[in-house]
Amino acid sequence: MEHGSLTDSRNSTFSLMDEDHTLANSVRFLLNKDPRVEFCGYSIPHPSENKVNIRVQTTGDSAKDVLKESFQDLILVCQHVRSTFEKSVADFKSTPSHQEMNGA
Amino acid sequence: MSETAALNMQDIPQRQLPEHLELQRTRVFCKADAPAHISKKVMGSTACYVDVQKESKLATDDLKDLITEDVEYSGGYAGIGFDNSLQVDDFRRDFKVEIKNLSMDVIEFDMIGIDASLANAFRRIMIAEVPTMAIEKVLIVNNTSVMADEILSHRLGLLPIEADPRLFDFLSENDTPNERNTIVFKMEVHCKRRGPRLAVKSDQLKWLPNGSELLMESPNPSTKPRRFTSFSCSQASLPQISGRPIGMKHLDIIITQLGPGQSIELEAHAVKGTGKVHAKWSPVGTTWYRMLPEVKLLKEVKGNDAEKLVKKCPKKVFDLEDVGHAMKKAVVSKPRDCTLCRECVGGAGEENIALRRVRDHFIFTVESTGALPAEVVFTEAVKILEEKCERVISELS
Repeated sequence: MEHGSLTDSRNSTFSLMDEDHTLANSVRFLLNKDPRVEFCGYSIPHPSENKVNIRVQTTGDSAKDVLKESFQDLILVCQHVRSTFEKSVADFKSTPSHQEMNGA
Repeated sequence: MSETAALNMQDIPQRQLPEHLELQRTRVFCKADAPAHISKKVMGSTACYVDVQKESKLATDDLKDLITEDVEYSGGYAGIGFDNSLQVDDFRRDFKVEIKNLSMDVIEFDMIGIDASLANAFRRIMIAEVPTMAIEKVLIVNNTSVMADEILSHRLGLLPIEADPRLFDFLSENDTPNERNTIVFKMEVHCKRRGPRLAVKSDQLKWLPNGSELLMESPNPSTKPRRFTSFSCSQASLPQISGRPIGMKHLDIIITQLGPGQSIELEAHAVKGTGKVHAKWSPVGTTWYRMLPEVKLLKEVKGNDAEKLVKKCPKKVFDLEDVGHAMKKAVVSKPRDCTLCRECVGGAGEENIALRRVRDHFIFTVESTGALPAEVVFTEAVKILEEKCERVISELS
């Protein structure tokens, strides 16, 4: 799942199977926003292969750790999106105008 | 004095970006012609405009028309001491969701403070990866209608089923169909010989909570024939299903028509699947987002010009306001309705109006097919993205 230089932990290419733009583009965004990352990008080598390559080059930290932390950040972001959304829906459902609309 | 990187200078207050760069960072500009990608010529000047303030005005005037891309790199503005990185805590502070409209099948909401890459990930997952139940196998006992078996089966597959997919398992290749992964429907319709033609509607599909009633043909006649499914109990007795019987979401969908004397007898087996395998499993008719339009009047538009402007807009974004002395001026009253058709910026008066989109404000619409309520489709999509991350993290460790 991981390849690249074995001697240089700063620069790595990670190959994720059964993933596509959905995950790769999201994590690429978070990696780009991480000050430790010097360069990152992703590519899908062939459209009929379910595989993405994510390239991470850092300013010093291990690329693997930085990528892992980005995924952890993505989970935190998702959890926050979900809780905020659920709260908004609950609030909206309790407003009088919504209850009138649904004949409750 | 030792050298320190701009980002590490703790005691220097974090500087704001100059106004034109802040606009460029947070807005997409729409001019009379379609936004084009940044050209090489302008690319060359981007390096200097961060440092040389006096040249910046000239460079950004060109850039405004050209840049649609975001500056994502955390050190993108390091030259002027602006930190473009994103911390989860900052995201938590700024992120907002506003529900605009909510009914059984449709939800419209604004998602503010998120990047397009994540908004698009949610959209992609809702369309292709949130599972639902759909008819996958049709056992046809008799079909004398004019519609071929395969077309009939295809039409059956597209019918939305009202069954919560979260209560079911995926049926893998080696699994036997059982009450946890298969829903069975039966249809038996006959059109009377001397009667009118008969429209077969989706309400003719009857749920069989006990599983298939058809027997498999066995090569050895002495063994007891097996059924196509092996249910250990009735689905109706399962605690999670018992309250809400399974059926078709819409009872008035016409499947086919039968002429006098024609009949159809079949059994349909629904299984769990995702939209990336076949669109019949997609929980949404469609789901889309658009960035919030922002319409600004840069100069006051009065009198005749104002009336012309109001007339020009097909979406009635502008309105007239009295300013006294029988004068009227144009105001932007409904920017949200703007479709960015650019009628108002074509021709004369172009320089008076700025058409922009807010980069981090998304107006989402989710249209559910009915298997799941629209708001649940979204929360399920977010959960799926979390699961994807967890999978990768466990493989990285």
